[in-house]
Amino acid sequence: MDGPVLRAQGLAKEFRGFRAVDGVDLDVADGSVHALVGPNGAGKTTLFNLLTGFLKPSAGRILLGGRDLTGSRPEQVARLGVARSFQITSLFPQMTPREHLELALAGGTGLTWRFWRSHRLLDRFGDRAMELLDQVGLAGHAGTPAGTLAYGHKRALELALALALDPRVLLLDEPTAGMGAEDVERTVELVRKVRAGRTVVMVEHNMSVVSSLADRVTVLQSGRVLVEGPYAEIRHDPRVISAYLGDADAGH
Amino acid sequence: MILSRLARRPLLLAAGLVLALALPWMIYPPVALDMACWALFAAALDLLLGFTGLLSFGHAAFWGGSAYAAALIAVHSGLPFPVAALGGAVFAAVLALPIGYLSVRLRGIYFAMVTLAFAQMVYFVVNQWRDLTGGENGLQGVPRELFGLDLSDSFVFYYAALPLLLAGFVAVWRVVRSPFGRVLVSIRDNPARAQALGYPVERYKLLAFVLSAALSGLAGGLFALGHGFASLESVYWTTSGQAVMMVVLGGIGTLWGGVIGAGLVVELNDYLVTVGFDGIGIVTGTIFVIIVLVFRRGIWGTARDLLAARTGRRRPGEPGSGDTQDGAPARTPGVGTPV
Repeated sequence: MDGPVLRAQGLAKEFRGFRAVDGVDLDVADGSVHALVGPNGAGKTTLFNLLTGFLKPSAGRILLGGRDLTGSRPEQVARLGVARSFQITSLFPQMTPREHLELALAGGTGLTWRFWRSHRLLDRFGDRAMELLDQVGLAGHAGTPAGTLAYGHKRALELALALALDPRVLLLDEPTAGMGAEDVERTVELVRKVRAGRTVVMVEHNMSVVSSLADRVTVLQSGRVLVEGPYAEIRHDPRVISAYLGDADAGH
Repeated sequence: MILSRLARRPLLLAAGLVLALALPWMIYPPVALDMACWALFAAALDLLLGFTGLLSFGHAAFWGGSAYAAALIAVHSGLPFPVAALGGAVFAAVLALPIGYLSVRLRGIYFAMVTLAFAQMVYFVVNQWRDLTGGENGLQGVPRELFGLDLSDSFVFYYAALPLLLAGFVAVWRVVRSPFGRVLVSIRDNPARAQALGYPVERYKLLAFVLSAALSGLAGGLFALGHGFASLESVYWTTSGQAVMMVVLGGIGTLWGGVIGAGLVVELNDYLVTVGFDGIGIVTGTIFVIIVLVFRRGIWGTARDLLAARTGRRRPGEPGSGDTQDGAPARTPGVGTPV
């Protein structure tokens, strides 16, 4: 774990006078798993949208390695090696998982501009697509339209799509949201497997997932960084307990 | 499912081809030419509406713009008509570049309104530039010839133009079933996700817009050449509206639906004109409303769904892609899966 690979400096986003993200500094160490936690409305998803170019920051800078990402468009951010999954499953309902992955793998090759060629041109990505589907346990559903997949399978496809971009930094927005215990466990295993050679930033509500995966945790509240540190440290921080963990732990 | 599809497609294609060849024998040849041109126009519009999810209400600019460009080329240069028609198509594509650039970032009704506004600007220019376009009289006396062969008989012109029109259909089909077409469908269904996968959504939309305009232009150019004049009506907004109506009637995102819609609307218009009925708009409007209410997927879309449901029932649990435990077809028939 060297210096920060992804860095936010004084990042802010204002929606008509409301500061959803308010001067956030974030250093994500290369090769680490970094969790973003915080109560609802703390600005986690807004921060994600800023980091991936889906929102333009009102102030502040975003750096990837030494490169300034501020103001880049989502497709440029993706090409530079920052891939994201979506909190609410976001797929192409009529396409099969295999077609999804072929599309993800073909991005950046230029083949997809060829309107005069058959779509069978994308078959060359079939093997890699099946490998990725196998990795997330979807090989048996490669040909089912994504719209008809079970929820857990859709989430797995989400993850496979982000992986297909072979990103340096993988941003996962609540990868276990709405999952049963079994799927959660599988997802944790999967993230553990795919983190090799990459950096993972995840928004996560499930504290057991955070504790088993995250090297560092940043706690957000009302758009600001409340506290940052290893999970073992921050879980005893009184500010965090009162802001968030207190409520969450009460349920356990 | 796959077998029956393979067996069905050449049959349908052959039937379509035979129909295309026999059309001028069955109906008044100028009407046959109208049908064929409007059919290509509708298919080209469906490329945008059905497969990219953009409702253009300004395609008259490309159909009509090309009509004038092709007519001017034919009048002033005396080049053979295919060159004039292709010149019109190129003109439409060039015209589509700035219009598309300025409008593809808008969505839904805003895109429709902005394309309509641009088309009205084109209409204004054509109407005002009388020296070049003949104003409201249109551009008349457009020659139609090919290597000294006189094609002013609509019957003959139809067959001379058919290869170009068929090439246009093949082009639309090719684009839809290309890697590029796959990206278009993904943009239609989920633009944010397509962006997250690294696709510059607006540039893809722009190319789709330009391709659709070029093919609409090919149709419009042949229409003008075939009739021997370019009319002001061809750039008027009702032309855009009629093309949208044809696509919706036939079925959005079905590709061939627009062909059926075009045949229907042109035939109906011709019939109503022949019997001397004045309120054409009322009749076509009523039929339009009824079809949209009863067949929400359009004529072709509804027919295809019925067919798919029947083949699905006859062959339950066909081994194929995915889990078909309930015997449903592996791929839900719907928008974006051309037969």
